[in-house]
Amino acid sequence: MRVYEFQAHRIFSQKGIPSPPGEVAETPQEVKQIAEKLGKPVAVKAQVLVGGRGKAGGIKLAPTPEKAQQVAQQILSSPLKGVPVKRVLVQEALSIKEEYYLGITIDRAQKKVVVMVSPSGGVDIEEVARSTPEKIFKIHVDPLLGFKSYQANELALALSKDKNLVKGITRILFSLYHIFVEMDCSLVEINPLVVTEENSLFALDAKIIFDDNALWRHPEVSSLRDIDAEDPLEVRAKEAELSYVRLKGNIGCIVNGAGLAMATMDLVKHYGAEPANFLDVGGGASSEKVGRALDIVLSDERVEAVLVNIFGGITRCDIVAEGLVQVISGKNMDLPLVVRLAGTNEEEGRKKLESIKRVFLATTMDEAAKKVVEVVKG
Amino acid sequence: MSILVDSDTRLMVQGITGREGSFHTHQMLEYGTRVVAGVTPGKGGERVDGVPVYNTVKEAVRDTGANTSVVFVPAKFAPDAIYEATDAGIKLIVCITEGIPTLDMVKVCYYVKMKGSRLIGPNCAGVISPGKSKVGIMPASIYKEGRLGIVSRSGTLTYEVVYNLTRANFGQSTCVSIGGDPVIGSSFIDILELFEKDPQTEAVVLIGEIGGTDEEEAAKFIRSKMKKPVVALVAGKTAPPGKRMGHAGAIISGGEGSAQQKIKTFQKFSIPVAESPLQVVDLVRSILSGGS
Repeated sequence: MRVYEFQAHRIFSQKGIPSPPGEVAETPQEVKQIAEKLGKPVAVKAQVLVGGRGKAGGIKLAPTPEKAQQVAQQILSSPLKGVPVKRVLVQEALSIKEEYYLGITIDRAQKKVVVMVSPSGGVDIEEVARSTPEKIFKIHVDPLLGFKSYQANELALALSKDKNLVKGITRILFSLYHIFVEMDCSLVEINPLVVTEENSLFALDAKIIFDDNALWRHPEVSSLRDIDAEDPLEVRAKEAELSYVRLKGNIGCIVNGAGLAMATMDLVKHYGAEPANFLDVGGGASSEKVGRALDIVLSDERVEAVLVNIFGGITRCDIVAEGLVQVISGKNMDLPLVVRLAGTNEEEGRKKLESIKRVFLATTMDEAAKKVVEVVKG
Repeated sequence: MSILVDSDTRLMVQGITGREGSFHTHQMLEYGTRVVAGVTPGKGGERVDGVPVYNTVKEAVRDTGANTSVVFVPAKFAPDAIYEATDAGIKLIVCITEGIPTLDMVKVCYYVKMKGSRLIGPNCAGVISPGKSKVGIMPASIYKEGRLGIVSRSGTLTYEVVYNLTRANFGQSTCVSIGGDPVIGSSFIDILELFEKDPQTEAVVLIGEIGGTDEEEAAKFIRSKMKKPVVALVAGKTAPPGKRMGHAGAIISGGEGSAQQKIKTFQKFSIPVAESPLQVVDLVRSILSGGS
């Protein structure tokens, strides 16, 4: 789960990581008042959960409160990378001498927490990693020992030789590490951590991604979720305990299992169409759950046909068919539905669907994908 | 032969009295797996399908000589169950449980390895050596004994591939589902190494998906360390960056983990990549002559 920059800054400041003075605003008027209060030139930053905000015009500098109000008007009135901007963060614009990168994540290959720093902060860090990997310094944390002082010291020394700054960076690295492990994060990042002309350190940006699997032990984190910013269909799916991601195509997909769901989408694409969604009904789905899945897929107005691909193990094909029939008979569905059932009780499942208008039965996954593309393309 | 599990496997089921645990214990017994013990704290003395239930792993091992464990314990308690099995000297632990926090798994994987045990999963379908032993939740009827090794990050996609292979008369030596989480006990390489040494296995099918770089590492390993042929399938070509596709580990982030990148790496090392689960059969046919 991602949170907004201003939320991440709040968590940072609770752990003693300094952020530039600033506040969140929802209207240009508020932005002006905050800028007046700060009494300095400000940066107005769109609060959205997508990356590459700066490049997309979501961050603007303003020397005066009036100018701040004006740029806030612009930022708040137009969507950023397709996402409406509801809030902006207004921060004092600092005079910057240096920009560093600090980040902590999980190195999947090493199966360890990795703490990374770079003297080339402020830019796309992936680009730095690609073009000048020698500018990224990494330390893996022993899972039983934890992050040690000497490691923080080594990393800080890779960024600066200034005694005070090394001390400050070390402290910030420890705070970041504590946030990472205590709150079960999958990423915490400061890009950039800046050194001002006055030789002070500030986290100019703040990014935290939490591990969804650990949210049950962090109710304080779950409460930061902004449901309004999420796709309404994805919210409905989550409530129904379905794993669903909305995409841009017109072929709705209902599959059991994440791997098979992705392979099914790939096959739709292979035969020349685009999937409208990823949807995994999970193992051993009930007919109600399958029904809710079909309901959600049909609620996406881009969907022109639905492909159901079930490989029954613990999932029973007859129960899946029942769930589909309940929804189809309940509403006047005029969209074609291509269904492929294999495995446990496939015959019983097929029988339930055989006589239904607009339902096409397929025996293999390939045949099903080909068929659904064909019915859409006419 | 075969790898990891066979007729010498003496299985213990952790979480045997739960809904999943008891259901799959029945299924595994039906398949012929020697399920010798179950563990659920507080339920010692009971029986599930005739299998004695113990309060602790230590007791279960002492009384029954269990040498392998399968974990069905809920995510909150699964790390503790794995530690318990490790400390009781179990050398192979298969964790089916989904939804364990990643940082818990970082510690678990490290500890299990330090103690010299092997962990498969979590969030996996388990391991089956057809005709010998099934340790997991896969539908047994689609498997057939043979000479193909299968290693996969997903469950149902593996069933799909196995179903097609069996119908085409290509049986399997062992099928290992390593799990869909970011941090897992055994990676592709750990399993490929075993298949390379196993006399029954003549070729391997590797089923990967988006997220991480495990497939890329596997490709390098296959090229430099393996003589047996490998066929790959990678799911998630249509997955957009930043969106988690069901599995906690299936996410393209930081320019890393796309299906295209993985496919390109396999191709660079001359490892054939199938376009679809069905095409895996054609590729296997082209590297092996005829049926099993």
